[in-house]
Parts: sequence; C-alpha cells; structure tokens
Amino acid sequence: MSAMSAGAPRSLASSGQKSIQDILHPLSAEESALNPGSAAEKDLILPNGTPVDTSSPASSSSLLNRLQLDDDLDGETRDLFVTVDDPKKHVSTMETYITYRVCTKTTRTEFDLPEYSVRRRYQDFDWLRNKLEESQPTHLIPPLPEKFVMKGVVDRFSEEFVETRRKALDKFLKRVADHPVLSFNEHFNAFLSAKDLNKRQGLALLTKMGESVKYVTGGYKLRARPVEFAAMGDYLDLFTQKLGTIDRIAQRIIKEQSEFLMELREYGPVYSSWSSFEEDLHDPLEGVSGCMSNCSSALEELTEDMSEDFLPVLREYVLYIESMKNVLKKRDQVQAEYETKLEAVVFREDKKTPVPTDVEKCQDRVECFNADLKADWDRWENNKRQDFRQLLTGMADKNIQYYEKCLAAWESLIPVLQDKQEAEGETS
Amino acid sequence: MTLLHTKLKTTPKIEAGDFTHIVEYLLKMMEISVAEAEKRTGKNAVNMQETYTVYLIETRPVDAASEGTNPVPDSLWRRYSEFELLRNYLLVTYPFSVVPPLPEKRAEFVWHKLSADNMDPDFVERRRVGLENFLLRVASHPDLSSDKIFYSFLTEENGWKETVFETGFQAKADSRLKALNATFRVKNPDKRFAEMKHYGDELQSVISQLLRVRARAADRLYGVYKVHGNYGRVFSEWSAIEKEMGDGLQSAGHHMDAYAASVDDILEEEEHYADQLKEYLFYADALRAVCRKHELTQYELEMAAQDLTSKKQQREELATGTIRTFSLKGMTSKLFGQETPEQREAKLKMLETQIEEGEELVKERNAECEEFVKSAWVDIERFKEQKDHDLREALISYAIMQISMCKKGIQVWNNAKECFSKM
Repeated sequence: MSAMSAGAPRSLASSGQKSIQDILHPLSAEESALNPGSAAEKDLILPNGTPVDTSSPASSSSLLNRLQLDDDLDGETRDLFVTVDDPKKHVSTMETYITYRVCTKTTRTEFDLPEYSVRRRYQDFDWLRNKLEESQPTHLIPPLPEKFVMKGVVDRFSEEFVETRRKALDKFLKRVADHPVLSFNEHFNAFLSAKDLNKRQGLALLTKMGESVKYVTGGYKLRARPVEFAAMGDYLDLFTQKLGTIDRIAQRIIKEQSEFLMELREYGPVYSSWSSFEEDLHDPLEGVSGCMSNCSSALEELTEDMSEDFLPVLREYVLYIESMKNVLKKRDQVQAEYETKLEAVVFREDKKTPVPTDVEKCQDRVECFNADLKADWDRWENNKRQDFRQLLTGMADKNIQYYEKCLAAWESLIPVLQDKQEAEGETS
Repeated sequence: MTLLHTKLKTTPKIEAGDFTHIVEYLLKMMEISVAEAEKRTGKNAVNMQETYTVYLIETRPVDAASEGTNPVPDSLWRRYSEFELLRNYLLVTYPFSVVPPLPEKRAEFVWHKLSADNMDPDFVERRRVGLENFLLRVASHPDLSSDKIFYSFLTEENGWKETVFETGFQAKADSRLKALNATFRVKNPDKRFAEMKHYGDELQSVISQLLRVRARAADRLYGVYKVHGNYGRVFSEWSAIEKEMGDGLQSAGHHMDAYAASVDDILEEEEHYADQLKEYLFYADALRAVCRKHELTQYELEMAAQDLTSKKQQREELATGTIRTFSLKGMTSKLFGQETPEQREAKLKMLETQIEEGEELVKERNAECEEFVKSAWVDIERFKEQKDHDLREALISYAIMQISMCKKGIQVWNNAKECFSKM
C-alpha cells in the first residue's frame, strides 16, 4: 500500500477519522471512467492513508455515524456558499443560449481563492451532474430541471421559464454544496472555479456508455435484498405515484382557475357598461366592476405563482426519485456481483484457503455502498420533509394572499355602495 | 270577508326584505305569504294526465298578529297559470302601471349543475319565493293593490277564474297584444317616454348579458373548488406511506375536502342574487310595455288629428272650389264635369258632421293621452326609485356574499397551512 498523495486515492469517497475539512477527496475523473473496476481490484484505503478494516462491519457504521454528525452543518459551520443568478442571453452565429452567473464564497482550502464568479450554461450543469454520477455512484445526486423543452410549446427565452430554471439550478448547486461528500468532488470544484470547463465530454461519454451497459444488463438475481433497501424502493414507487397525482391535480386547478379568470374578465366590464346608462346606480356599478378587476388580477397572480413555483418543484422531485431508483439498482448490482463471486468460491472444494481478496473487495464495496446510500437516504428524507413542508405552506400562503386581496377589494366597496343611502338618511 | 274591513293601522307591517321604504296600502292591512308548494296530478283541458305544482297562499290580518292572538291564516292553493292570468288581467286593466313581473316560467341562465327542470325542488322553491315577491309587490302598489280581482285572487279559491273572465278583459288583452306588436311611427312622442323605452331596452340587454356570464363563471368556480377535493384523497393516501409527515398531511386533506364542499352553499346564495337581477330583467319588459302604450295612444291621437285636418281641408276646398290637394274625387270631377250644387251641399253637410265628430274624437284622445302620460309618468318615477333602491340593496348583499366567501377561504387555507407546518 503506497502512501497517499493528495492527488490519487483509489477508494470510494467516504469520510474517515479526519474531520470533513481535512479530507481531500478528488477522484480523478478520467481514471475512474476508464477503470471503473479499479476500486475493486486495488486495496481499499481511506484517503488519509489508513487501510479500511473490512473484517468488521462496525467500521462501516462508524463511518456512517461520522457522516451523519457532520451532515448537520448549520449556518455557522458552513464554509461553502453557492448561488445562481443573473441570467443573460448570448447570441452567436451558431446558436442562442442563456448563461447564469455562479457565485461561490468559501473558506475551504481545496479552493485557491475565497470567492469565485463564473458563467455557466445548462450544458455545463448537465456535464457536472454526469460527472458526479460517474464519480460518486453510491450517492444520491440531486436532479437538474428537465433538459429538453419542446420548441414551439414553451418559450425557452421567456422570463418565466428562465427564472424557473434558474431557481432549480440554484437548488441543485446548493444541495451539492451541502452534501458532505459531493461538495468535495473535484468536478464540482472545477465547475465553481474554472474559467473554462475543460469538459472532454466525448471520451468520457464513450467509455461511460460501455460501462453502463455492463451495469445495467447484469441479469443476476439477488439472494436477499436487505429489507431497508427494499423498503426504499417500494416507498419511492408509491411516492412517485402520489407526486404524479398531485401534479395532475395542481395542473387541473390551474386550468379551471384560468377558465374562471376568463369569465371574470368578461363579467366585470358588463357592470361598467351598465353604469354608463344609470344615474343613481352609476357609482355602485362602476365600483363593482373595479372590484372584479382587482380580483381578476389577484387570481392571475395566483395561477402564475402556482405554475412557476409549485409545479416545477414537484417535477424536480420526480426526477430526483428516478435517479435514486437508478442508484438503488446499481446497489443491487454491486451486491449481485459480490454474491456471484462468493458462490463461485463456495463451490470450490478447498475450504482451507481463505476467501480471496477480490471477494473481500466486493464485500467491502457492498458495505460502503450501503453505508453511503443509507446516510444519503436519511439526509434525503429530511430534506424532502423540509422541502414539502415549505412547498405546501407556500401553496397555502399564495391562496391566503389571493383571498386577502379580494377581501380588501370587496370591503372597500361597501361604503361606496352604501354612500347614497347615508346621504338620503341625512336629508330625510 | 272581515279582514279588509279592519281599520287601517298607522304602523305598517314590513314583509319581505327588499323594500322597506314603500310599504303602504294593502300590506298595511294584511300579511301575505306563499307558504308552501305541492305537487298535484289531474286531467287537463284535453283530458290528459298532467303533473303540476300548486302554491299555498296565506293571508292574515295585520292587527290580529300584533294583538298577540295568533289565528290560523286563511289560505288557498293556486297554480302558476292562475298567477299568469292575474297578471294579464292587471296588464290590460292598468296599462299605465309598471306591473310587477312573475318569476320565470322556465329556468333560464342555468349553470350546469343547476337543474333546468321545472319539477326540480330547488327550482320550485325559488319560484315560491318569486311568487310571494310578486304578490307583495302588487299589494304595495298604489293603484294595483286596491283591485278587487287581486283581492279575490288572495281570498276566494273557487270561481275566481270565472270572475276574471266576466270582466271581459280578454278582448282588451287581444287588442293590446296586437297593438304592442304593431309597427307604427309616432310624430311627436313624449321625449321622456322615448328615453324610458330606450332605457328599458338597454337594461334588458345588459342584465341578460350579466346573467349569462355569471352562470358561466359559477360553473367554473364550481370546478375550481371541487378539484381541490382531490387533494383530500391524495394527501390521505400519501400520509399512509409517511412517518412524521403523515399526520399533518392527513389533517390538511380534511381541510381540502371542507374547502371543496363549501362551494355548494356559496353558489346557492348567489342564485338568490341572480333572481333579484332576473326580476328587473322582466321589469324592463313591463316598463317598455308602458312606453309602448304611450306611443299607441299618441299615435291614435295623431291619426285622429290628421284625419280631422284632412277633412277640414276637404271642406275648405269644397267650399271655395279650389283644389289645393290632390284627391281622386277632385280629379274625376274635374275630368268628368263638376257636381251639381245640390250634391256639393250634401257633401259639405256630411263633412261638417264628420268634422264635428272628429273634433270630439281628437278632444277625447287628447284627454286620454294627457291622462295616460300623467298617470304613467307618476308610476314610472315610482318605479325608478324602487329600482335604484332594490338594485343597490342587491349589490350590497352581493358584496357581503363575496366577503363571506373570501373569509371562509382564508380560514380554510390557514387551517391547512397549520397542518402543513406540522409536517
């Protein structure tokens, strides 16, 4: 086992006995792409140089504990802040596209400077996410907003679309920045700091494709999927269903509200035209018309907000779940690989020889994967709870604001309607 | 009938919410209400089975109630067609009055959940209220309330129809209908009536439009609320697969169900507002009928005056032998020779008689016209005041309805928000 140099650990990224701040994490992107099996073939070593004690499962759980403790970074101990803002349109001869400004503030030593400001486009975010998936296959990578937008159906350059996308990209980077493992990924670092991203997509993609074929078509059946992972899979299936239903309901409500709005827009003005040939009733009727106009505006705001803020978050979670299910599948395959190897060994008559190291490596891979996944799952559950609490209270708030605006409009109308009567009362 | 012979009380009894400022006449003496509706079956004019609804009209002397004793009210049953008969009689007999309208015969301006079926209990109920409103309007009208036929409508169940037909109003009704539908040009209509007719047209048009759009909007609003009920179901299902989030979701779901259910009451209340508008939609018709009647009387006066003028002219021509206006007779006499002096004398005499009669007719018609204009304009002014008051009240109650709806909405969503925050 060679001494660890800062640049070339072979192990899967997990925290060890050092604190998060001290751990150097970068996995070489090219190496892991070209040699995906390298982790299994080499010795399992923690980044700080100590070998992993693979014989006792307790070591995995201590890793787990450390991960969880360090997860709960509150504002004071957080040392990496990322924001996405300032969308701008770029027009070139070949294409037109939007770039976003990505600002970073950090005290981490992995970064050369304390502050960065770079411009990135969606493609770059997509590259980053792919890199993260490749290099951290045992972790849950947050989702990006949908890549493909049907031209002609949605205006890719409209303010609403760009803003919705910006929010989602901002959330994506923040989730990565908050992750104790992913935030130390070298590609993430490059994304935040490099002037130009040297993407070398072509090569990486080809090799990645070959490997994914190997991963996906492993048709070996699992002996026993651990209960907790089976439960995760079931939960994700059901949860996706519910999200889909909620999405449909929300869309339907927006549609009905829009149609109601259309009628309101016709209804209000009729009172106005009525007022034009009345004397006594002129002011009351005109008042009613104005009131309805205010209610219409309030309703328009509500439907816009729901479209822009509510639906995208739902869809984001559906994408999140998709990628999580893939990670679960990968975990199954890693376990399957291990079981195959184990069976092959068990078949051999010679029980005296110790379990070969490659089988041990497989077992370690499984255990590390499980630990990472479990930690990420817990974090994901927590975030999910917060996200949905925020989303649904936001929905309630928007509706309350709508009704409050309408209430104010109608209440201010009452004195206008009663006005003549009071005057009459005084003179009679 | 001892009811009506009780002394007039000085303090009026107020019935039905809409008009608090004109409560006089018959209403001072008796309480009137349309208390119930019932289904009946029977044989109609062509001996076929039919089902129809009858309405119970209750009357009670005002002072009886205020004296503390609570006698059983007198009551009788009437069906819609009898109300129609009464109204037609009033239209013909009081052509200068803006006669209160009946509630609609068939349900119109319905939004999809509301039934268009005349037998539907909600429709029958709303019609009952409308019929009561009609009776109260007539009973508080300065001219209509003292009508005998109206009184016996309220008090004599049997034989009332025959009494009405005995007045011979039917013949007048036919000619009135003919006149209303005829086209004729009036040279000098009273400007105010022309304006009123125009106003009636505009009012009818705008209220129709309003009712139509309102019904469509009600439909859409119904959809918005009801779809929220689906949240109730999905939150419930979702809460089953969650641990800490489960309770908050479940209770929030209940509030979504409550929200969805609340729209039924909201829209039922709005129907009441629609009914108030409908009354004035039909009132516009009655107003136009009065204006039309003015045109008719004015036209008849102008015709009589025109006829008189031409007869006078003929006399002049005959007397002086000059022909100023072209007439076939004049031409033929010119062509075929003059008449004998005796013939001329005879003609002149006839003309004189006709002119005398014509002058009488013009006087009569002029008086009719003036009389009509006077009475009709009084009632039109009364109607204007009533309309302004009633519609203002209707708008106020509509605003109050909307305020109540907003407050309910705020409450439900606040409740849901609390549940969400506990997730």
